[in-house]
Amino acid sequence: MNLQDRLEELQTEGLAAIKAANDTKAVNDIRVKYLGKKGPITEVLRGMRDLDKEERPKVGALANKVRDALANAIAARLNELEIEKTAKKLEAEKIDVTLPGVPVKAGQPHVLAQIIDEIEKLFLGLGFQIIEGPEVEEDHYNFEMLNLPPDHPARDMQDTFYITKKTLMRTQTSPVQARTLEKHDFSKGPLKMISPGKVYRRDTDDATHSHQFHQVEGLVVDKNITMADLKGTLELVAKTIFGEDREIRLRPSYFPFTEPSAEVDVSCFKCGGKGCAVCKNSGWIEVLGAGMVHPNVLKMAGVDPEVYGGFAFGLGPDRFAMLKYGVDDIREFYLNDMRFLNQFSQKG
Amino acid sequence: MKVSTKWLNEYVKVDDLKPEELGEKIERTAVEVDGVSRRADGQKKIVVGHILECVPHPNSDHLHICQVDVGDEEPYQIVCGAPNVAAGQNVIVALPNSWIAGHIKIKKSKMRGELSMGMICGLQEIGFPDAVVPKEFADGIYVLPEDAVPGEPVWDYLGMDESIIDVDITPNRGDMLSMRGVAHEVAAIYDRQVSLPHPTVKEDASSKIEDLLGLEDADQELVAPYKLRMVKNVTIKPSPMWMQKRLWNAGIRPINNVVDVTNYILMDYGQPLHAFDYDKFDSKKLTVRLANEGEKLTTLDGEDRELKATDLVIADGDRAIALAGVMGGEDTEVSDGTQTVVLEAAIFNSSKIRKTARRENLHSEASQRFERGINVATVQEALDAAAQMIAEFGDGQVVSGTLEINHVDPENVDVEIMPERINKVLGTALTDEAIVGIFEQLGFGVAKDETGTLTVSVPPRRWDIAIQADLIEEVARIYGYDNIPTTLPTMPLTEGHYTKAQKIIRDARAILESAGLSQAISYGLTTELKAKRFMLDEAEMTQLDFPMSSDHTTLRMNLISGLLDDVAYNQARKVNDVALYEQGRVFLREKDAERPNDIEHIAGALTGLFHEATWHDAKKPVDFYLTKGIVEYLMNSLGITDGIRYEATAEYEEMHPGRTAKIYVNDELVGLIGEVHPSLAKELKIKPTYVFELDLQKLIDLPKNAETYVPVSKYPEVTRDIALLVPNEITNDQIVESIKQNGGRFLADIKLFDLYQGEKIDDGFKSLAYTLVYRNSEGTLSDDEINQAFDKVVKKLQEELEVTVR
Repeated sequence: MNLQDRLEELQTEGLAAIKAANDTKAVNDIRVKYLGKKGPITEVLRGMRDLDKEERPKVGALANKVRDALANAIAARLNELEIEKTAKKLEAEKIDVTLPGVPVKAGQPHVLAQIIDEIEKLFLGLGFQIIEGPEVEEDHYNFEMLNLPPDHPARDMQDTFYITKKTLMRTQTSPVQARTLEKHDFSKGPLKMISPGKVYRRDTDDATHSHQFHQVEGLVVDKNITMADLKGTLELVAKTIFGEDREIRLRPSYFPFTEPSAEVDVSCFKCGGKGCAVCKNSGWIEVLGAGMVHPNVLKMAGVDPEVYGGFAFGLGPDRFAMLKYGVDDIREFYLNDMRFLNQFSQKG
Repeated sequence: MKVSTKWLNEYVKVDDLKPEELGEKIERTAVEVDGVSRRADGQKKIVVGHILECVPHPNSDHLHICQVDVGDEEPYQIVCGAPNVAAGQNVIVALPNSWIAGHIKIKKSKMRGELSMGMICGLQEIGFPDAVVPKEFADGIYVLPEDAVPGEPVWDYLGMDESIIDVDITPNRGDMLSMRGVAHEVAAIYDRQVSLPHPTVKEDASSKIEDLLGLEDADQELVAPYKLRMVKNVTIKPSPMWMQKRLWNAGIRPINNVVDVTNYILMDYGQPLHAFDYDKFDSKKLTVRLANEGEKLTTLDGEDRELKATDLVIADGDRAIALAGVMGGEDTEVSDGTQTVVLEAAIFNSSKIRKTARRENLHSEASQRFERGINVATVQEALDAAAQMIAEFGDGQVVSGTLEINHVDPENVDVEIMPERINKVLGTALTDEAIVGIFEQLGFGVAKDETGTLTVSVPPRRWDIAIQADLIEEVARIYGYDNIPTTLPTMPLTEGHYTKAQKIIRDARAILESAGLSQAISYGLTTELKAKRFMLDEAEMTQLDFPMSSDHTTLRMNLISGLLDDVAYNQARKVNDVALYEQGRVFLREKDAERPNDIEHIAGALTGLFHEATWHDAKKPVDFYLTKGIVEYLMNSLGITDGIRYEATAEYEEMHPGRTAKIYVNDELVGLIGEVHPSLAKELKIKPTYVFELDLQKLIDLPKNAETYVPVSKYPEVTRDIALLVPNEITNDQIVESIKQNGGRFLADIKLFDLYQGEKIDDGFKSLAYTLVYRNSEGTLSDDEINQAFDKVVKKLQEELEVTVR
């Protein structure tokens, strides 16, 4: 057999072997066998010494071609095998993507804190300050400075936990109004504040009464504040808490520290005002109390009611939360059942 | 106050209005309306029956079989069990297939074998509350007047078809606690005229009150005016049916012609009256005075009361005979034998009445009105009207004259106001004419001077109006709150932001939530025992003067107790895994201070599993170190990283003595952490629970780390591990402190990565293994540098502490 034929044969044989090789080792063995120093191609090249001068380059070229062909085939096969191997490995790594994810342990803010937070953010955006006062108050601030002298019949509207004759658990967050009015320097600008916090009433706990609940008091005092401004501000509150489509209406009421005073109803968010169980078929739900600051309150705090005026409002986050989420027992808020607390986890 | 539209219509035309609409209008313009209803609502086929015959039931010892004319051709046989049933009576009959109160249907039936075509009813069965049913009919059927026509519906006979508007009067609108006051209000709302009847008294010239009765002078502060009239030769009997209907529709029980008249006048004028039996007076000389401390009086309800020196009484000679304005006395009560009636009309000091009524828990129709005000203009008229009516209903005569002390002339109150002022407060643009129109609608006089100022003249019946704000409110109401525009305040810009402390408090909550704790809000009032546990600083306890329940008597001085209540509540409901925190105030009082300080705290309680086992991870039970990790995370996140020390403590008896630490920052006690004492846990019925409490106010006040940026080192960190055999008494803190002291300037961090106690270690020893992290931001650390530093640490550890390097 001449050398050319031998080379052709080696190529055919080698390529077949490469194709048949099933793993990297087999391929490497083939490389050693065919392309190694003791391999047949080297042997052919060595045998070229005996050839004619003219023949030598031809055989040399062919030998190089065969060697390259085999080397390329080996590289390709190795690559192929690598891909196969990876595919096999990945195949083996397959998981059940429907298995549940690992739970993330996250705590929740209390639903009442969420409501208060929402109100705080709204009023911060409107340029209000947040001012918090003591839960243990003086009768002076809780009542007297709010136009409720001793023996005023309106004191019956709120049963009070007294500690001493002069000290009590505040029945409303309104005393913070009085404390702030007293201190505020109106030469530095208007007073715009809200005061969220806990309040206490001497009540027997049941589904609709709690001896402890929350209030957010609001107060704006400046030179040109009108009852129309009060309506506009409250409408904003109602829309923020209960939804863009809500409307409000005001009804005459009585609070010793405001005049005119109003109860504020919001159009029912359940039925949109058509009448349902939530709004007791009236289409409206009472949500807060408000009014124009009583001149006596301003006067007692050293603010001239001839020059300054303003409005105040008070709302109940407990009631808001009950209405918004359909909680039918106020005690739920203070018993802290984990299953209750963790329901209010939706953000955004 | 229950307002009958039928009665109201006599004073102001309302019969063209639907009662529900009228109610809605009152609610939108004046005061809240609790409801509009008729007693007949939901009831059907209840008619007048005349009992023709009444015989005992053969099979019963108390039932009767009655033949009753109900307007049909044939009488109906009805079995009746009432003790007062008798032939000849006109009665209330619920026919077969009728509906009575409480949505109950009456059917034809057999009672002990006898056919019964319906039921003869008592008032309670057709919707009258016990409190208004006349005593003589309380335990049986009601007997209708003789002229009632069999077969006619009973509604009109009993006033059951009258619409009743239940108005909820706010404390400022005491003027509406009378039919006449409501009439004025409704007239103002609808711009209508009132037409009020005024009585004329026929006095008997043969007797003068001055000759029969004396009245001593009294302090003007206590009562003004005080008036008495007398009616003689009175026969006590039931009052006329029309009056009884008005009373029970107003929620008052008819009693007799004298008492009913006083109650009727009370409802009509809002003027409380009291009737005494003249013949039961000893001295015939009355005094209004303050009670003597400890003086005794038996009131009409049979209660023996011991009076205080602040109580106002009416005295006959030395003897107190009535608690003025609150309740009369039993001794001088009008009874069946009364012949001469002394009637009292007065305006008592409202704050005295309020004090007495509150203390004695006697909130009567009368005391409520004295507290909220009385129309000074109608005291005499009400007294006259009552005297005249009693004389008429009791066939007696009014003794001539009124005894009076502390006379008051009713005067209008003038309030000046500029129309601009009203528009400025309300944000409206009402014309002067519109404003004047509203005041006139209210029945106020108005005069306008050349400056445009209005002088509004307010009659005494609106004693709630005295200042400009009162007038502005009246205009707002009558104009309609709905008609006021809706705007937002225009004013100089103000900035809204949380204060630093508010931000820290809110951030602290968010940090604990991100650490896996949910927020609890527990009660601020607790028991004495719970209030005093887990305290960080000594303080005096603060207690309620008059608590409502034994569970809430004392102001809390810690938050953990409340959280443990929450844990117990959860675990009682099989929720075993609890991770809660609370942020709120505790109330710490200094010795001799009256008011405690509100101090912001933050606390947590963890029990059960922090993570349940999942298919993926093993369960993770709560323990001390998990809890400590949360506290560390909180403090670090708040920028408190230096000077923190956990010091083991056994001084809390409510805490596990070996698993509790006080937390110090810069040697100031800021908190407490540990396991609840197993015996307390057992007592509270909770599983092992770890708690912490921090004085948040102290954390707020602490200086915080400056937030500066440190460039990330470009050079690699080098670590060295060291394992130490350490006697048990030596704490991690001691070792870390030593390493820190001797670690050199490149030591960046020390991490404990292993703690081992067990077989391979001698008793009394533990093995601790640390990784020391070295870092140099200016260059690569050489082995020599590290080795030198590390060797020093090892050497010093062995010298300073009894440790062995393993």
